[in-house]
Amino acid sequence: MTRIWRFGDDVNTDAIIPGKYLDNYDPGHLAAHAMEGANREFAGSVSKGDIIVAGRNFGCGSSREQAVIALARAGVKAVVAKSFARIFYRNAVNLGLSVITSEDAADVFVDGDEAALDLKNHILVSADGARRASLAPVPEHVRKILDAGGLVPYVKAKLAMTTRPSK
Amino acid sequence: MKYDELVWFVVKGRTFAEKVLGSASGNPDAKAGAIVEAAPDLVMSHENTFLVSKSFSEFGLGRPWDPSKIVLILDHRTPANTAQTATVHARIRNLARDIGVAKFYDAGSGICHQLLIEDRLVRPGQLVLGTDSHTTTAGAVGAFATGIGATEMAGVWATGSLWLKVPESIKVELSGHLAKGTYTKDVALHLASVLGPSGADYRCMEFGGPLMQDLPMAGRMVLCNMSVEVGAKAAVVVPDAVTEEWFRGYSQATISPVRSDPDAAFERRIELDVSKLPPTVSGPHRVEDAKSIDKQMGVRIDQAFIGTCTNGRLEDLIAAAQVLKGRKVSPTCRLIVAPASRRVLEDAMDMGVVQTIVAAGGTILPPGCGPCLGAHEGVLGPGEVCISSSNRNFKGRMGSEESEIYLASPATVAASALEGRIADPRRYLE
Ligand code: SF4
Repeated sequence: MTRIWRFGDDVNTDAIIPGKYLDNYDPGHLAAHAMEGANREFAGSVSKGDIIVAGRNFGCGSSREQAVIALARAGVKAVVAKSFARIFYRNAVNLGLSVITSEDAADVFVDGDEAALDLKNHILVSADGARRASLAPVPEHVRKILDAGGLVPYVKAKLAMTTRPSK
Repeated sequence: MKYDELVWFVVKGRTFAEKVLGSASGNPDAKAGAIVEAAPDLVMSHENTFLVSKSFSEFGLGRPWDPSKIVLILDHRTPANTAQTATVHARIRNLARDIGVAKFYDAGSGICHQLLIEDRLVRPGQLVLGTDSHTTTAGAVGAFATGIGATEMAGVWATGSLWLKVPESIKVELSGHLAKGTYTKDVALHLASVLGPSGADYRCMEFGGPLMQDLPMAGRMVLCNMSVEVGAKAAVVVPDAVTEEWFRGYSQATISPVRSDPDAAFERRIELDVSKLPPTVSGPHRVEDAKSIDKQMGVRIDQAFIGTCTNGRLEDLIAAAQVLKGRKVSPTCRLIVAPASRRVLEDAMDMGVVQTIVAAGGTILPPGCGPCLGAHEGVLGPGEVCISSSNRNFKGRMGSEESEIYLASPATVAASALEGRIADPRRYLE
């Protein structure tokens, strides 16, 4: 059972990890400031396996991959949102952070709820089983990268299959 | 080709996005919605080259697929703001040399998006990928340019290709003439208020219409730059005589403009007559909160900033100087100006524009991103208010969470600097 951290629409990457922290690439440093622009409590209280539930356009703005690094290192297991900004979505997939689209999760759950992700049945279920939100299936081409464990292992496997002309 | 595909092919014209991504992926028939593996003509990274190379090193490949297609630019924290940044800069310098990247621009050259166009590195019809969301700016010369993440760029360095979904396209038809004191920035802010922060999500915005004939490259860059603030994946100005003129004299430039077919399917059409548009100010905190100047006038400001990949070009500095000439910045406000590139700075000096700004009390920063991302050179403290010619006014972007940012054209920023509060530039223009 994990805690839900609920956020609104248009959470931008400046809020997820402010620009002033970006000159230090250490994931631990980034995680210590995760979500600082949206909820100051978050970085100090988030625990491993927690889930972010948000509205539309999560991760808009700057392409900074540190936004995903900060959330992943902070322990966030998945971000469930009505929709994602495209670069954030791709970054998350590439780094192996689960990003799932859900039309109703943001309406069903409130901040502090306890819930469990049931990926087999594509649902997010509250601790008492009373409330559930449906999760959209992950597109095939995205699934492949996630299954490989992220883009680096995925590309490694691809490279192993093709021989690149040596330079 | 099956019969129904053939009918589709014959009946429906193709969009710019379909054509560019189709040819970059060897699928000449690729349609919106298709996932293609596309090979970029040019890829760009800035300080986040550090993250790119970190991921790239995991492949154990040594050199990227084609260093001649890589552009590396130091612009976000230049000159280095901390010892840590200096270390990152040094590593990128060494990397550029080691892997043979000739198109390396060191600190002080200017902002990545400006240099790609200013140095004619991007050509019409190309596929351009950059590890920065405002890579869309390069659509101004007729390229399909989009932002990607750093690890993804490492994958491109390794394989020379990337998966992309061919986007639907939105046609934006602009007509009329910009009134005195109104600029493309005002058009872009107005469009942000119409579309909202995800109104063009995952789409390619295509700018056309009669206004374009009047619009030099600088204004085109503003429109394509700000498109990402409404979620666009890419933005393009249909190549025309202005585009052709831009490349005149650049002998190596192979100009092969790509345009949507007249009967191409657009998901949506937006028409806007810009003639009646007033100077527009957006904020605080949300780009889409754009209102006409009379609704925002009078807000006290502490800092006025002119620069960035949106509005740090020569045309912008000239517009500001027209307002500032012979006047003084309010003693209750600081004006800081960061030219988008060294060439912009040099030209502005030649024309006396820099002198006018400095005489008015402005501070000139080195070419680069300046305070846009809140890292250095004009960071805002709690309670401070800034009016900026940049593209984002997100809470805390330029410093304290308790500061506020308003967005406007360089002329409006300059007029506001004179009064120490948000002001109408038309008062100061002959
Ligand atoms: S000027 Fe601002 S928006 Fe443009 S690339 Fe630099 S930090 Fe990003």
